[in-house]
Amino acid sequence: MASRDDIKFLSNPKIGQNKKKYCRFKKYGIKHIDYKDPDFLLGFINEQGKILPRRITGNSLKYQRKVATAIKRSRHLAMLPYVADLLK
Amino acid sequence: MNQYEVTFIVDPVLSDAEIKQTSENYVDLLKTEGCQIVHVDEMGLRQLAYPIKKRNSGIYYCIEFQSDSGVIISRLELALRRDERIMRFLTVALDKFGIKYNEDKRNGLIKKRDKTEKKAEKSYGSSPATGKQDDVKATKSAPATPAPAPAAPAPVATKEEEE
Repeated sequence: MASRDDIKFLSNPKIGQNKKKYCRFKKYGIKHIDYKDPDFLLGFINEQGKILPRRITGNSLKYQRKVATAIKRSRHLAMLPYVADLLK
Repeated sequence: MNQYEVTFIVDPVLSDAEIKQTSENYVDLLKTEGCQIVHVDEMGLRQLAYPIKKRNSGIYYCIEFQSDSGVIISRLELALRRDERIMRFLTVALDKFGIKYNEDKRNGLIKKRDKTEKKAEKSYGSSPATGKQDDVKATKSAPATPAPAPAAPAPVATKEEEE
């Protein structure tokens, strides 16, 4: 039927596979998370300004805690919003 | 010796001289209490994420200092709380990683990622995705054009009949 050798799958076979998540702090050796750097922390919150869970970011527990405190400090200093709509 | 860091927001309505004077005021206070000032970082005018005291922007200052005992913190915070020019403040004790991070930042070892870089990354990230879509389209269109697969339409027809 499909005589062409270059077409082996009708759909992309990589679609179902999920990439292994990793903790970027452990991988790149980041030891300190700065609360004065909201641009960096923006990667750990969703559009509403909520802190993303570990199952999405892939952070280790140790650094997830640090990220959470950094975000909360940043919010106190009005660098990040407590509540937002269409952030990002 | 513990190292601390106090960040505060000064009211932007004040004149430049007054703003400078406020920050120097606290540096002097810390010095008279016997603290060693490590660094005073003037972060400048920033847009606030939400209004504080009906102000939408503020001038950020960050003073890093060393102190033998933590008694100074309560005195400093009391002074900050009584000051009407200060909109917000936060005092944090630094651990060894924090001290190192701040040192590296001062020496310019930690680069802030520019927005242009991020955009470049994003465009790079999106281009393979579009490529994938093209691939999918190609694979979909490819079997249809040379010869319609005989097996494929048959089950569809039977399904329709069943319904």
